[in-house]
Amino acid sequence: MTSIGVLQIAIFLGLILVCTKPLGAFMAKVFEGERTFLHPVLRWLEVLTYKVIGVKEEVEQRWTTYTAALLSFSIFGFLLVYAIQRLQGFLPFNPQHFGAAQIPPDLAFNTSTSFVTNTNWQAYVGEATVSYFVQMAVLAVQNFASAAAGIAVAVALIRGFSRQEKKTIGNFWVDVTRATVYVLLPISIIGALLLVSQGVVQNLHPYTDVTTMEGAKQTIAQGPVASQEVIKQLGTNGGGFFNANSAHPFENPTPLSNLLQMFLIFVIPAALTYTFGKMVGDTRQGWAIFAAFSAMFLIGVFVCYHFEQAGNPILGNLGVQTAATSGQSGGNMEGKETRFGIANSALFATVTTDASCGAVNSMHDSYTPIGGLVPIFNMMTGEVIFGGVGAGLYGILLYCILAVFIAGLMVGRTPEYLGKKIEQKEVKMAMLAVVATAFSVLVFAALSDVITFQAKGYWNPQGAPTANLNNSGPHGFDEILYAYTSSTANNGSAFAGITVNTPWYDLTTGLAQLIGRFLFLIPLLAAAGSLVAKKKIPETAGTFPTHGPLFVGLLVGTVIIVGALTFFPALSLGPIVEHYLMHSGKLFSFILLPAQGIWS
Amino acid sequence: MSITTTTENNVTPQIPQDDPTSVLPKKLGRARPLFDPEIVKRASAASFAKLNPVTLLKNPVMFVVEAGAAMTTIFLVRDLFAGGTSAGGSIGFQVQISIWLWFTVLFANFAEAMAEARGKAQADSLRKTKTDVLAKRINSAGQMEKVPGSALRAGDVVICDANDLIPGDGDVIEGIATVDESVITGESAPVIRESGGDRSAVTGGTRVLSDQIKIKITSNPGETFLDRMIALVEGAQRQKTPNEIALNILIAGLTLIFLLAVITLQPFSVFSGAQAGSGTIPTVAVLVSLLVCLIPTTIGGLLSAIGIAGMDRVMQHNVLAMSGKAVEAAGDVNSLLLDKTGTITLGNRQAVEFLTINGVTAEELADAAQLSSLADETPEGRSVVILAKEKYGLRGRHIPEHEATFIPFSAYTRMSGVDFEGRQLRKGATDAIITFVMEKGGDVPGNFKDMSDRISRNGGTPLAVADGKRLLGVIHLKDIVKGGMKERIAQLRKMGIRSIMITGDNPLTAAAIAAEAGVDDFLAQATPKDKLEYIKKEQAAGRLVAMTGDGTNDAPALAQADVGLAMNTGTTAAKEAGNMVDLDSNPTKLIEVVAIGKQLLITRGALTTFSIANDVAKYFAIIPAMFMTMYPVLGSLNIMKLHTPQSAVLAAVIFNALIIIALVPLALRGVKYRPLDAASLLRRNLLIYGIGGIIAPFPGIWLIDQLLVALRLA
Repeated sequence: MTSIGVLQIAIFLGLILVCTKPLGAFMAKVFEGERTFLHPVLRWLEVLTYKVIGVKEEVEQRWTTYTAALLSFSIFGFLLVYAIQRLQGFLPFNPQHFGAAQIPPDLAFNTSTSFVTNTNWQAYVGEATVSYFVQMAVLAVQNFASAAAGIAVAVALIRGFSRQEKKTIGNFWVDVTRATVYVLLPISIIGALLLVSQGVVQNLHPYTDVTTMEGAKQTIAQGPVASQEVIKQLGTNGGGFFNANSAHPFENPTPLSNLLQMFLIFVIPAALTYTFGKMVGDTRQGWAIFAAFSAMFLIGVFVCYHFEQAGNPILGNLGVQTAATSGQSGGNMEGKETRFGIANSALFATVTTDASCGAVNSMHDSYTPIGGLVPIFNMMTGEVIFGGVGAGLYGILLYCILAVFIAGLMVGRTPEYLGKKIEQKEVKMAMLAVVATAFSVLVFAALSDVITFQAKGYWNPQGAPTANLNNSGPHGFDEILYAYTSSTANNGSAFAGITVNTPWYDLTTGLAQLIGRFLFLIPLLAAAGSLVAKKKIPETAGTFPTHGPLFVGLLVGTVIIVGALTFFPALSLGPIVEHYLMHSGKLFSFILLPAQGIWS
Repeated sequence: MSITTTTENNVTPQIPQDDPTSVLPKKLGRARPLFDPEIVKRASAASFAKLNPVTLLKNPVMFVVEAGAAMTTIFLVRDLFAGGTSAGGSIGFQVQISIWLWFTVLFANFAEAMAEARGKAQADSLRKTKTDVLAKRINSAGQMEKVPGSALRAGDVVICDANDLIPGDGDVIEGIATVDESVITGESAPVIRESGGDRSAVTGGTRVLSDQIKIKITSNPGETFLDRMIALVEGAQRQKTPNEIALNILIAGLTLIFLLAVITLQPFSVFSGAQAGSGTIPTVAVLVSLLVCLIPTTIGGLLSAIGIAGMDRVMQHNVLAMSGKAVEAAGDVNSLLLDKTGTITLGNRQAVEFLTINGVTAEELADAAQLSSLADETPEGRSVVILAKEKYGLRGRHIPEHEATFIPFSAYTRMSGVDFEGRQLRKGATDAIITFVMEKGGDVPGNFKDMSDRISRNGGTPLAVADGKRLLGVIHLKDIVKGGMKERIAQLRKMGIRSIMITGDNPLTAAAIAAEAGVDDFLAQATPKDKLEYIKKEQAAGRLVAMTGDGTNDAPALAQADVGLAMNTGTTAAKEAGNMVDLDSNPTKLIEVVAIGKQLLITRGALTTFSIANDVAKYFAIIPAMFMTMYPVLGSLNIMKLHTPQSAVLAAVIFNALIIIALVPLALRGVKYRPLDAASLLRRNLLIYGIGGIIAPFPGIWLIDQLLVALRLA
């Protein structure tokens, strides 16, 4: 690791830290329905939205109605995305004349679930599949919608803790509208302008055909990129305009745009911790969660950075200079952009997988085994290291419930968190969410490892799903495990190295996305419904303290032992064994496959 | 007169000298050694009976272990018949794994059986006392007839003479008698039972020692206090408590997750094995071993034992909890309502000082006070006589009964005294005596009010003394706060529990005692209704309230409180309203009940944390062993340097089984509880059971591995 690299990581976390309180306090006001400095400018839009959709702002919902609203919102979004993709040939802003042929039903299904669940797993190649209209009117819109829905669920769960002896947890439509109007839109407008200033393109031109300096013909894709890029990061969606995602110079041209993108990924999840503290009336509670987030983030980023900078020992043994010098980066630069280097690639990989974003600025498949273990491990925690917008907070609150329940008994009281007793209902719901996640990752990955299909058949033309792998050995194992982990965690980042655009993978990863999203947040909304009805027990010296380093340590321990160690046996067959094999001199080479969708 | 004397001696409960430094539960009469041979024998037999999968189904963790044990056994048998070892690894290894898996289940069963057997042993000794007796029932014609005790129904009236066993639970409706209740309480000193008031309840199975009483039976056969007690200690009616159910959900969920992790490991290894091109995929025995080691067997095996033992510990303190839920609630209590008299202060106020008003000598006052108290057999009255004797050398005199008229205390006059040699000596409540003096034409000096107020302010009770129309002065009666009470209350505060003193005294007096004892709040001139209101107010603020009570008018408050500890000497109504009965009738025990409740919850939390933390080491033992043939480089994960894959797996399984049996005493006894604030408790327990739980298995598994190799078992 270089000192300049460490410094850049520190600057990044510093920026996040600085913005957590102001943005968090602002969001608390927004969701408590208080007036903010943006109201004079934007209130009309909020009111107009309620008028158009016919919602009474002051009418609140019980958890069941809230969930029903969320589900109908998502189903509507799914149908819309599906229909518009399939009909893109008849719609405007389609200079490349893409039609239904580019998006067969299985792919359209997968893309629809992917964007509705805030996963943004992309089994398609953006610039070769979808029109500008689909990018703008459907995918970018879903980036806003799924992010706002995530924030709404988090806020509803917070209300479960902050209110007492109530029946309602807010109004889904109001929460989604406010999240969009006051939080996502303003930041996106500013962010998009900043991105354009760095050279991110924003146009509706047909693709440009050029002759390169070597004399080769090349088609350069264009499009309204900046407007989609900003919400891709801010909403922790991660679905790139182009296939190369944030590694593409039109999406992420400079180190500064790179910093801005990482900042956008973390800023809302970080600020929500403060919003949480503010709304429950004790900001220390929010900071404790922020501290737990930061601790897990720092461990991940430095492990990843260390192993990427250390590089491949086999190359070193061959006499290749792998140490960083003033003239070269050293370490493992395979699959990384030279304008970002190792530190900013490792940082981006950690940030994007911590936060359920899934944008990439380097190829995770090319990371060293342990460098690549960090992203997958981050996702296996259930995306609770800052996490997705809203999703990170409600995810970590699930672990708070579990941590408090397991260890809270040790103070001799029925466990309580923020004055709310943690009882059967909450534990049942939290466990349901954890079991669903484990099920989705493990069972789909196991099926893909052993199931076989007729070669050239419908489900998987390659035959067995394992035939879609580009790499053999434990690295190939990783590729499958990563696909289902990323889908279940609603991350959407690709390890790549596996052809996932086949009906089998489209269907199973799509199902994993749905399970990971809805079987996680519905139980938590149910818990919110149960918590909101409970009395708050006043804090005394006998109360389990849920702020301070002790609780932070306990929370981190619970996330790792309960959340992620479940996957340790599987990981040991993947990156862990690969790491030891690499040190014993064995690598797993790239097997050339037909080029269709190898980026996944 | 003789009866009154007995009352003084016996009815006031024997308050054990409280340990001033601790709120730790103290073992009273019913404690028995943890591993009583008789109980161990009984429990061992029961462990096998509990292997029945139908009964095990209610414990999902152990059910999974049993299913795993059955599976490995079936594969073992198959391999034995096939003669080969291809599928399951070496026969010796398979035999050992199967045996230890069965032992894991047996050990868990044993823990539960031990806890149950202790209850059963207690129930048996109680049942022995339950002999059917002939009851002397009074029929509708008013005639006495002899019927078997089992024929009695609620509402029947029976007569009991000296040496009769009382045939059923009931209330004394006529007469007064001494009763031996040692069968229930373990306390040999007889107690008084009399009609009316708060000492009317009698319990079936206890024996009348003197006199005759008429009892109205209040319960039908099979529903008596003794029956309920037997059922409770036996655990027949044991229902899982809310917290226990929630914990069960957690560990069942974890079991399901690990089940998924291990089941999917099979296809994962098939794929990896094909990729590696060498090595064997893990056998059923190894996969089951990994599963059993990862699922929370420690807490799963000990959970019900902890609950039963918690109830048992309450019982050992001579408190009968009507449900496990009540014990759990005790741990959660935020506010303790403590009756001043008998709990915070010694039951009796004592005269400590005579204060004269101008122109009266101290001797004169002492003399009048003593004379007026001679016939007053209350502890207060006797303390006046004693003070006069000790301070002024006035010996108790005998006043011939025919020469004097004793005026007993009545709630109406609120004074007592004697008419003797033409003098009218009175002592009593200050306002009552003032009225008495004024009526006689006397007057009240100005400083008298100050004097009595000063006593009140200091927590004392002023008792005015008059000789006819002459007001002589005031006796200072003082409440004595029990030794160590202040420290206990300070400890409670540290534990986050508010203590509230309940007293019938006026606010001035109450405030002074409250300050002396250090309670957080007090309720003065409290009527039963005030108590009820106070409890409701506390509960509305989200607090859980515990209280003690004995009178019928306490019943609504006892029922309202989250923990209502009724005194065994109390009325049937009180005992039915509360969710616990203290057989010793010692109200201070409420504090101990709280401590036991907390200890129960801490034990559960500690073993859960320990159980989950243990997993880390087991991964490091089993994972490298599992894939050693496939990926020999995974040997780097074998940080314990276990000898062979087989010894590693066996060591982990054996450790996992032995830890259950090793923790049985802890589960039954409960973890050591210190009255600390939550933050310190958490730090301490997290260190011991969390960090300790991560570390402990490493040397444990290593040691077992060494032994296995030394004994050539692996």
